[in-house]
Amino acid sequence: MPADTAPEHAPVPTGSSPAPRPGAAGHEDAAHEDAGHEDAGSALGPRTLAARQALRDVPHVPGAPKPDPVVVADGVVRRFGGLTAVDVQHLEIQRGAITALIGPNGAGKTTLFNLLTGFDRPDEGSWTFEGRSLSRVPAHRVARRGMVRTFQLTKALSRLTVIENMRLGATGQVGERLGTAMLGRLWRGQEESNTRRADELLRRFKLDAKREDFAGSLSGGQRKLLEMARALMTEPRMVMLDEPMAGVNPALTQSLLGHVKDLREQGMSVLFVEHDMDMVRDISDWVVVMAQGSVVAEGPPDAVMADPAVIDAYLGGHHDAPLTEDDEQEQLEAAEAELEAEHDREVGR
Amino acid sequence: MSARETEPQDRSEHLAAADGAVLRADELVAGYLPGVNILNSCDLHVQPGELVAIIGPNGAGKSTLLKALFGLVKVRSGAVRLRGDDITGLGADKLVRRGVGFVPQTNNVFPSLTIAENLQMGLYQAPKRFPERFEAVVELFPTLGKRRAQRAGSLSGGERQMVAMGRALMMEPQVLLLDEPSAGLSPALQDEVFIRTRQINRTGVSVVMVEQNARRCLQICDRGYVLDQGRNAYSGTGAELAGDPKVIQLYLGTLAKA
Repeated sequence: MPADTAPEHAPVPTGSSPAPRPGAAGHEDAAHEDAGHEDAGSALGPRTLAARQALRDVPHVPGAPKPDPVVVADGVVRRFGGLTAVDVQHLEIQRGAITALIGPNGAGKTTLFNLLTGFDRPDEGSWTFEGRSLSRVPAHRVARRGMVRTFQLTKALSRLTVIENMRLGATGQVGERLGTAMLGRLWRGQEESNTRRADELLRRFKLDAKREDFAGSLSGGQRKLLEMARALMTEPRMVMLDEPMAGVNPALTQSLLGHVKDLREQGMSVLFVEHDMDMVRDISDWVVVMAQGSVVAEGPPDAVMADPAVIDAYLGGHHDAPLTEDDEQEQLEAAEAELEAEHDREVGR
Repeated sequence: MSARETEPQDRSEHLAAADGAVLRADELVAGYLPGVNILNSCDLHVQPGELVAIIGPNGAGKSTLLKALFGLVKVRSGAVRLRGDDITGLGADKLVRRGVGFVPQTNNVFPSLTIAENLQMGLYQAPKRFPERFEAVVELFPTLGKRRAQRAGSLSGGERQMVAMGRALMMEPQVLLLDEPSAGLSPALQDEVFIRTRQINRTGVSVVMVEQNARRCLQICDRGYVLDQGRNAYSGTGAELAGDPKVIQLYLGTLAKA
């Protein structure tokens, strides 16, 4: 569906007032109603039902095989000095579903995200996306293959306008090549179609009123929306969201949730890291729980949150305080031995 | 989206028990950004010789509370008192001289200095006491003595944590504030940190520790505070809190069935 609007709505001088314009405020309200409406529609959308149906018989164990995995990871290990941040033996992410990656602070969620999306290199291990290996593939190629991500702290280019940020999201632009850059007729058409797609997405994310504003003037929640919209410029098949709700004004969360559910309805696979358990329960088809670098539990939200391994992960349950002096001595000796081993490793490097 | 709203705790229990505290905080309001409060009226007290835990889910304000006690976050209202004297907003050097020690969670050693030099930094206000205090600290952390000439930057995370705790102990504090001392450590090294903390406490030092490993922390503490959204949600002895399903629910959201 072509966007027919001549983008003539740059009514206010940009950057002049960061304060919300009256029009914009009204617009946000509209966004909520709309999101609420989407919610009702998509909560039981056909793809949601299909995703849940597909996962129904998957056992609730770490590393459980999925009927139609889009990502399969094996033996992924990432160490920082003596600390093993990620050690995932096997993990499959179901295609077309929303999978949440949760776990206490320092569990290795973001590190795993960085590895899968090419923003970091593992010490060991391999993984595939849609059946093709993604190990050692740099981040920009990962995006071109159809897996895009957003960041916990948004990375909008604040001195560019919203629409410029969006255009930057498009990949494979003909004009990027030196040889073709001079020949405007080769890329002008593409530029126009990119802009059309960008405007379409901005409308969907209710950011069209902000089109000509500097990204730096947006609120935290609007930046999250912009980042998600920009990620969609590449027409990805998998979207990875790193804490999409962090720092988002509660008024915008419903709208953001609606957009994430929409991705599933459009057939995309979603993997997201989140701390807000209510959001996790609300939108995920499947939950993967990490603790101390490994996957400790998997399953649908309600099963996972009643799992003793998960409660242990959150409240800390691996060792108990020693009851006797002998126990205490034993634990201390074990720790000292580990310190020595760590030390030798560091010196040996 | 925040379905998990706990009622702020009634202050009467705090007011009845806080007398004689070595360190106490009343109705602390604090935050980093203008207009955004992270602590929304927190109370806490530590009696002489007590080991007190501060736990709670992510973003509850635990570390902010600890930093506010040590003047590292601007306190917007409320008061921190050390043995009855108002110390709200006092600088770190003054607090250290008055007997408060603080161990930050990260970047807590001087990487280019040796272990011995790091410990000296902890005693720059009383350098003459170094031999005596060094000996006392090494007794608690034998590793530090063995590796005294090694640069802290080359140490593992576990060893760094020992250096940081050792440095805070050099001034022989009466109150020690620990910010997630077990974070990022292997289970065995977490064991060591908890055991050492208990040993430090047994020498008579009052300890306030913020911890993510809630269960283990509750096992060693005398009393604990559970924070939620910058407020006191629950408090009690370690055993009471460890067995309280409401605490688990706070961590895992409304769905958790303990």
